[in-house]
This record gives sequence, structure tokens and C-alpha cells, in this order.
Amino acid sequence: MLRDVTIGQYFPGGTPIHRLDPRTKLVWTVIFITALFMARGALSYALMLCVLAGCVFASRVSARALMGSIKPMLIIICITAILNVFFTRGEVIARLWVISVTREGLISAAYMASRLVMLISGTFLLTYTTSPIALTDGIESLLGPLKKIRLPVHELAMMMSIALRFIPTLIEETDKIMSAQKARGADFETGGLIKRAKALLPILIPLFISAFRRADELAVAMESRCYHGGEGRTRMKKLRMTSRDCAALALGAALPALIVVTNMLSGA
Amino acid sequence: MEMPDIIEPVSGGGGVPDAVLTAENLTYSYRAREGELPPRVLDGIDMDVGRGAFVAVLGHNGSGKSTLAKHFNAVLLPVGGRVLVEGMDTSDERLTLDIRRAVGMVFQNPDNQIVASVVEEDVAFAPENLGCPSEDIRRRVDEALRVVGMSEYGGHSPHLLSGGQKQRVAIAGVLAMEPKCIVFDEPTAMLDPRGRGSVIRIIRRLCGELGVTVVLITHHMDEAIGADRLIVMSDGRIVMDGTPREIFSRPDALAAYGLDTPETVSLLRGLREDGFDVPLDALTVDECADAILSALAVRPA
Ligand SMILES: Nc1ncnc2c1ncn2[C@@H]1O[C@H](COP(=O)(O)OP(=O)(O)O)[C@@H](O)[C@H]1O
Ligand SMILES: [Mg+2]
Repeated sequence: MLRDVTIGQYFPGGTPIHRLDPRTKLVWTVIFITALFMARGALSYALMLCVLAGCVFASRVSARALMGSIKPMLIIICITAILNVFFTRGEVIARLWVISVTREGLISAAYMASRLVMLISGTFLLTYTTSPIALTDGIESLLGPLKKIRLPVHELAMMMSIALRFIPTLIEETDKIMSAQKARGADFETGGLIKRAKALLPILIPLFISAFRRADELAVAMESRCYHGGEGRTRMKKLRMTSRDCAALALGAALPALIVVTNMLSGA
Repeated sequence: MEMPDIIEPVSGGGGVPDAVLTAENLTYSYRAREGELPPRVLDGIDMDVGRGAFVAVLGHNGSGKSTLAKHFNAVLLPVGGRVLVEGMDTSDERLTLDIRRAVGMVFQNPDNQIVASVVEEDVAFAPENLGCPSEDIRRRVDEALRVVGMSEYGGHSPHLLSGGQKQRVAIAGVLAMEPKCIVFDEPTAMLDPRGRGSVIRIIRRLCGELGVTVVLITHHMDEAIGADRLIVMSDGRIVMDGTPREIFSRPDALAAYGLDTPETVSLLRGLREDGFDVPLDALTVDECADAILSALAVRPA
């Protein structure tokens, strides 16, 4: 069950989206999210949906993978939508005991839900089409100027890429420890919240101990391979902006402007 | 906390002429708890490893093998005595990077020495740290992956590989530094027999064909048979030093240090006790088979 976790999952491929510079994709994601929060009215949402659909199509990410990324968030989306239905004032169309459902509530719930779905799809599209290393390289490069104010940008990027590297290893280990504890009669599935939380303790403690040991050994291994911080370090795959990236960024810059126009057209 | 009697560094020049690694009267102790005297984990180690040699280090658990290994690339620094790598003193901080690029280390757990989530990115880690230009890194990575036979896995994710394959990636990661010497600290201890075989074959080839100096720490006696020289450690000291033939012909001494003899030698000893005229120094499986066959031929059926 733990193996289904899809944090930072990457699907290798050679599509135009895959080949974009990670920095372009990062900037695009930020623009996309900003535009998503600027969008008001059906026309703007339709435009955002078209942009997203275009990117999904171009990156050839399967609908199933995308659905898989939305599924864990479904509960949050539903709760947000339901809260919107019940707590928006306006024209009452139905009444359940003390709660009234309004027309405006339904509309805002629909907008909120589609906004969240697009937000999740958009960010997952980034991780689906960008290898974790390219992603952290991109972040390091974009945040590079912050080194001037003593922000440990290289260290942060290195920590992120190591965390991504060890997620599958630690998940595997958690699975193993859980099986071992189950075999000794541990029960993780029944009982109240407190009982279940207590049952997790025999998993967390060995996991933490082993994680510290791993960190220790990894540090020695990295030192042995001449790691001495970001200074003087070069990269095998240098990031390079191409004309394709420039075109993508120009399109990205146009998106918020377009949203402003469509917002006005829908009279919002 | 200081050692009560720090041993003075041995005076003199740069050690034995063509030695890649030299330890002179090396002592080391980990920091002890408050009020305790720190036990000496290494206690007066004197050794040198010649260029191109294949040296195996044996010793029971806790005899100080890993501690010794970590001195050879300046991960640990001597408390007493000194360690020279290609004539460079490991205590000299300015030389640390040069020392580490000359002596690579492969550790027991392949999971805890792979840094990146793509095989070729991981192999590129060391040359990237050394500041090589990117075409040069590409060349080193392709070459290293070729040597360990993992070329077609360059784009794979390491966590989906088998233990033996992961360890080969780890070896490639060290080879990409183009080191003069590689120290292997029980590289096969966590592998299944197939993975073990592939890793040992690569280690032999590194030494035989590529001329890399190899120090192999192991507790599998049969892996030590192929070495030019065996060093046996016990309680932080070197207690035996010689060719595999010399060392394994003294099974009682080995047993005293908590070590077995290889299966071939045990078999031959058993046969000898039963009155067969077999030599005791036929170490490899083939030699052993030949020895038994000729003994059978002499004895009338
Ligand atoms: N980080 C450490 N801190 C304190 N003591 C250690 C540490 N690492 C090893 N030791 C101790 O040093 C001794 C030698 O350990 P080690 O070099 O790992 O032996 P080997 O590799 O031969 O099994 C052992 O008694 C061990 O308990
Ligand atoms: Mg050890």
C-alpha cells in the first residue's frame, strides 16, 4: 500500500515538454498557478483548462497517471467543495434542516474544485516530465542570486535531491519493518486514534535509527567521493536555454494578460 | 581527550619508495565517554601497499578493519603515527582532496553510498565534485559504467536495481574519479551469491587489467584466495601478513584469531587426517580438484 505513493514521480520521455529546460518549467508552473488564482468566470477557467489540456497532451502523460495524482487529494477537494456549498450566501435553492444550499454556493464550489484539480494536475505535470535532478538543478539555478544574501542555496538543493533519492528506500524499509512487526502480532488497523498512534511507535523508532545510520554512512561516502560543498563543482548535464524555452516563456508571460482579458469579458 | 602516551611520528621521508599506501605506527581511538579511557581501536599498525597490488585484509568483527580503511582516504586522521598516500600525509588538510581522488572507497551497503536518483548522475557525482568539464565527465561516466558492465542501465533508477547491480554502480561511481587505488570495505557482505560473484570478478579485473591497486576487506575466506597478499588483523594490530598460501597453511593460528580457512583447505585437511596424501596449499577450487584427483590416482582403488 505504501508503494503507491507518487511523490516526485518522474516518467522519462522525449516529448517537447520533457525537453524543456527545468527552469522554464518551474517558471511556467508558477505563472500557471498565479493565473489560476487570477481567473474569474467561465471563460477564464475554460482558457486555463485548454492550456492544461494542451500541456497534458504534449507531454503524453497518461490520463490514468494524472487521475492517480488527484486521487489522494480527493478528500481535500470534496471537503473544500462541500464547505463552499454550505457557507456561501445567496439565492436559496434547497434547505436541509438548518443548512441551506445556495445557487452561488454550488457555482463557487464547482469553481473551487476545478481550480484545485487544475492546480494539482499542473504541479504534477512538472514532476512527471522533469527528473528530480533536473528539478533541483533548476531550483538551484533560479535561486542562485539568493546566494549573495548568504542563503545556502546549493545545500538546500542537495538536501532536496538526496531526500528524493531516499524516499523509495525509506518507503521500502517502512514496509519491511511493518511486516516484521505484524509478524509479531502488531495491529495497525483496529482501535481508536490513540491506540493506532501508539502502534506506529515501534515502526517510527527503528525507522529513525536506521535513517540516522544511513545519513552517517552517506556522509562518509559523499566525502570519500570528494564532495566539499558547491564551490568549484561542475555538472555533467549543464542547463541550457534554447529558443524553444524562450518561446515557452513568452507564451507563459502572455497567459496572465490573457486571463485579465477573459476576466473582463466574463464581466467579473 | 588525548591518548595518555601519544606515539611520536616516525622520522624520515616519504615511506617505502613505490608504495601507494603506507601506515607508520598508526594508532587511533574513537572518542570515549566521559571518564573512560578510550580503547585503542588501531594499535601500532605498520604496513605498506605496493603499486598494482591486490591485498586482502581479514579479521573478526570489531578488529578495526573499517577504521583502518577510513584512514586511507583521510576520512579519519591518525591519533598517533601517520598515514601516507602516494607520499602525501593524510593529516595535511590541503592535500585532502588529492588524497581522496587517489584512493576511492566502496562500502558495504550500496544503498547508503548512492547519492542520485539516476544511475549515470550518481556515477557523475565524484567528477562533478572535482570540477571536471562536462564533456570529460561524460567520458568518465561512460567508461566507468562500461568497466562494471552497467552501460545499458545509465538512465535507470538505482532503487530498482538488484543489490549486486547497485554495488557495481557504486564501484563505477568511484572509478569515475580515476583513482590509483580502491579500498573495498566488505563490498559483498550484503549481497546474494550471484551479486557477490559479479562484484568479485570486477574487483579482480580492476587489479589485473586496469592496474588499480586494490585493498579488499572481507570475511569471506574464498574471496581472499585471489589476493597477492593477506593481512590478518586482530584487536587493532596486524597479526599475520603473507601470501594466501602461507596464511592458509596455518589454520590453527587463523582459528585463534577467530577466522576459518577456505572450504578447499578445510576439505584437504579432512582428507589428510583420513590418510590421503594431499597437499594443504591447493587454494582454488580447480587446484583442489586436481590435488584430490592425483591423490586418488596414486592410491589403488
Ligand atoms: N564511530 C565509532 N565510534 C566509537 N567506536 C567505534 C566507532 N566505529 C567503530 N567503533 C569501534 O571500533 C572497533 C573497531 O570497529 P571497526 O573498525 O568497525 O571493525 P571491523 O570493521 O573490523 O568490524 C569496534 O570495537 C567498534 O565498536
Ligand atoms: Mg567493518
